[in-house]
Amino acid sequence: MNIRIKVNGEERSVDVAGADSLLTVLRNGLDLPGTKDACEQGECGSCTVIFDDEAICSCLVMAVDADGSEVTTVEGLGSEDDLHPFQEAMLAEGGVQCGFCTPGVVVAGSHLLAENPAPSEIEIREALSGNICRCTGYGAILRAFETVTREDA
Amino acid sequence: MAMEFVAARDLDDALAAKAQQPDAELLAGGTDLMVEVNLAHHRPSQVISLRRVAELREVTRSRIGSGARWSRLEQGPHRGLAQAARTVGSPQIRAAGTIGGNVGTASPAGDGLPWIAAADASIEIRSAERGTRVVPWREFFTGVKRTSIQPDEIITAVVVPDDLPEHQEFAKVGVRNAMVISTVSCLVMRGHDGFRVALGSVAPTPIRATRAEQMINAESTISETVLDEFARIVSQEVKPITDHRSTEGYRRHAAGVLARRLVERSAR
Repeated sequence: MNIRIKVNGEERSVDVAGADSLLTVLRNGLDLPGTKDACEQGECGSCTVIFDDEAICSCLVMAVDADGSEVTTVEGLGSEDDLHPFQEAMLAEGGVQCGFCTPGVVVAGSHLLAENPAPSEIEIREALSGNICRCTGYGAILRAFETVTREDA
Repeated sequence: MAMEFVAARDLDDALAAKAQQPDAELLAGGTDLMVEVNLAHHRPSQVISLRRVAELREVTRSRIGSGARWSRLEQGPHRGLAQAARTVGSPQIRAAGTIGGNVGTASPAGDGLPWIAAADASIEIRSAERGTRVVPWREFFTGVKRTSIQPDEIITAVVVPDDLPEHQEFAKVGVRNAMVISTVSCLVMRGHDGFRVALGSVAPTPIRATRAEQMINAESTISETVLDEFARIVSQEVKPITDHRSTEGYRRHAAGVLARRLVERSAR
């Protein structure tokens, strides 16, 4: 089946097979491997994307059901030359260790900042509670939030 | 074989599709179905998506549409349900998962189910052929992941009695704070008719601790002795099992502790 979705601002058309997830289609059909594939059961958050204005796990979206929707992946947040402020802050604070959770953290974090530019620490921890970092680098990620919210202020 | 897929535009559309394909699987937030697809290599042959059915998302005090997502229910209108919604999965899961999915899946650990039991709510179900029927929760939940729904039916809402107690407290025990399936969950309501105590993950279906309710509601003052006895009866009354998540003994203990704590909290 063919679906049309707007990905990172661009109208795309892609073939999907059966019940394949949006995650599979983003990575394999649309050549956007920034969104990471880990647990495939919505537990780890590494596949987080913005789907019709909500941060969700793309592994839990059936790709055929995404027809007509709008998706932003980590590739749509910034480019190497023009990083999102939260990406800059993650670099500055060393919020990246192995890097596998990072795209999901960056998408969930930027979504929080878009909705709430001055989140409290509790709100930050809550917004990231669905993103699991097995390097346990949460301290540096929280410091990245401090940096970016301070700069915005 | 290619999968047949219907993106229902409205409820009539969804009901017509379900009448035509009673074996089709319903897709809402995908938080259960897609896990089966991804991990159990489940290959559905027919799927009807309810995501675009706006009617199912409507929420009022007396009627909670089955398509209401947890992120919506966190905002109210019912305190205990909002507390339960707040403990579902993670923000990503709450932005996708729906109360109708929780009800339809009927897992003993469904976070929304103790509230439904404490509220004495009913499940509204519709089919194209027979119209609407409203099933009390005790008749709806029949076993572990088993309900009395028929193949051509769709859950349309949770129907809530209008005399619901204002004091409502939910809590669950699990191995961590976020992204956890409950080991035991409990919801206590306090109104002029006394306490209502519902529990999850301690029986094949959500249950009310009827004997413990009768015991505590017969007392004029809630002393430490009364609370001890209440907790003991709750622990006796639940019917948990030992599985990969916990043991029968721990679940009995935790059920008593949780119920007691929530009675104290709701009496404040």
